[in-house]
Amino acid sequence: MSAVATSRGYAGATTAPRSNPIADIAAMVAREARRTVRSVDGLVSAFAIPVCIMLVFVVVFGGAIETDGKYIDYVVPGILVLCLGFGSASTATAVAQDMTSGTIDRFKTLPIFGASVLYGHVIASVLRNLAACVPVLAVAVLLGFRPHADAAGWVAAIAFSVLIIVAFTWLSCVAGLVLSIDAANSITFVFLFLPYVSSGFVATDTMPSWLQGFANNEPFTPIIETLRDLLSGVAPGDALWQACAWLVGILVASVVLSMLLYRRTVAR
Amino acid sequence: MPTPVIEVSGLTKSYGSNHVLKGVSFEVQPGQIFAMLGPNGAGKTTTISILTTLVRPDSGSIRIASTDVLADPKQARRHISLTGQFASVDAFQTGRENLAMMCRLAHLNRRETARRSAELLEQFGLVDAANRRVAQYSGGMRRRLDLAISLIARPPVVFLDEPTTGLDPRSRVQLWSIVRELAGSGTTIVLTTQYLDEADQLADRIAVLDEGTIVAEGTAPELKSRVAGQRVEFTLQDARSYALARTLVTPTSENPELLTVSVDAPAPMTVIADMLALAAEHDIVVADVNVVKPTLDEVFLALTGRSATSGNANGRANTTTNANGHTNTDAREPEQVAA
Repeated sequence: MSAVATSRGYAGATTAPRSNPIADIAAMVAREARRTVRSVDGLVSAFAIPVCIMLVFVVVFGGAIETDGKYIDYVVPGILVLCLGFGSASTATAVAQDMTSGTIDRFKTLPIFGASVLYGHVIASVLRNLAACVPVLAVAVLLGFRPHADAAGWVAAIAFSVLIIVAFTWLSCVAGLVLSIDAANSITFVFLFLPYVSSGFVATDTMPSWLQGFANNEPFTPIIETLRDLLSGVAPGDALWQACAWLVGILVASVVLSMLLYRRTVAR
Repeated sequence: MPTPVIEVSGLTKSYGSNHVLKGVSFEVQPGQIFAMLGPNGAGKTTTISILTTLVRPDSGSIRIASTDVLADPKQARRHISLTGQFASVDAFQTGRENLAMMCRLAHLNRRETARRSAELLEQFGLVDAANRRVAQYSGGMRRRLDLAISLIARPPVVFLDEPTTGLDPRSRVQLWSIVRELAGSGTTIVLTTQYLDEADQLADRIAVLDEGTIVAEGTAPELKSRVAGQRVEFTLQDARSYALARTLVTPTSENPELLTVSVDAPAPMTVIADMLALAAEHDIVVADVNVVKPTLDEVFLALTGRSATSGNANGRANTTTNANGHTNTDAREPEQVAA
């Protein structure tokens, strides 16, 4: 085993002094894609769990909650948002892994474009979550889901979904940068349970009155109502602005915090 | 004297009231292996983190390859690479994929990436494992891949933070020979270690770090000369021989249970010859003779008042050379044989 073939003095050539943000981020996205596809865990949580949640709500609970025969049209947007949140939260675990393994330290010592690794996580999350929506929607349609959106409505719904994913994923990056792997993993539960206490699965006026105040004012209620309106071909009302205010607020705060933490935090 | 490739002066760093570094200064010449030796919490990793742009010091200055690291960390990153305490390679990628990804991040094009990856896999003995996922690699293989990755851009200065912690003896020796070759080819290496034998084996210069300051710096022989020199230890056959022997010489230390007497001996062969002559004269039976050399552990004990590693708390010599010139080694330091 011979470690080094070429000799060089300390003034010798090092990395070419060009910077290439697109190539750097592309390499990071490819890395995240591999992480998802290569682990059974990653595949199951990205694709199988969302479909299972859909089946549970429509097939198991659907019959009991059904009132006017159209519960599936009511509940699918809630399930989609729940899945997007759940899928985005897995970024927290991945970032925490990169942090504790020293990988982020190494990236920081490379002459590459800033926080490329975080942009890679976010872009990979958008691609992963949009892909995960396809089987969920396919199963929903098989079970009787009939969206009435026109082309513009679909474009708006997809754009809105991307905003949801980007905001939640940046929030997950913050969690991943400060928490241990186990703690980062547990923020998944926040995204799994908050949607239940919203208008996503049952109307909030069926909840006990002490819970209604929370349910009506938490971010998942306007977010799910907006997506429901967009998919039903109805012009979204105030819910759209409330949802966007929440998501943009979360996004801006998370990006600023992530950038600060990325620069400041060192492994362990 | 050539210009130092690394010049560090007056580094301080505190976290609240915890003063991790209290003014660390040193210089490293091109192609040298410079070891920072010290127990956990001495400030080794903090120093490395500061030198590799991960942490900003409270005060001090650093020049690496004529770049002011604190003023222009981006430029400094072109001269360095860091191999951290953990093998920071992705378990979910193969060895080749890990290398290729880091080649792309070093802005090599597709062809250069393929060539450089193949080159490094070959040099680090990872060709057979190249297409296996790193999850299946042994600890030694991960470290080798980790080190290979940090050499992609041919950095003139390589930082290794505890490069052999947790490795089995064979992998350690393998890694040592890689580090030596690397230095031989002109790369400057700064490493941290808690292992005295590692610093002894590898380093051209050693800085002993304790509670945030460098308490001693020099070559291994220089540091060893700061404590008592070598001595000769005689083991006697029986109590009668022991009782006689200790009256005939002036032992610097003795142990009635082990039947040993030790004598300070700048010229050990003369002392041995004298002792054997005395033994023949007085009918003393000498069972064994060892030349005991001072170790860095003793140096560390002398400098800091405590042992570097709890496992070596006895502060005694681990390597002894017997009269036949054969080397006996303590189980803790199996690699000493290679010396």
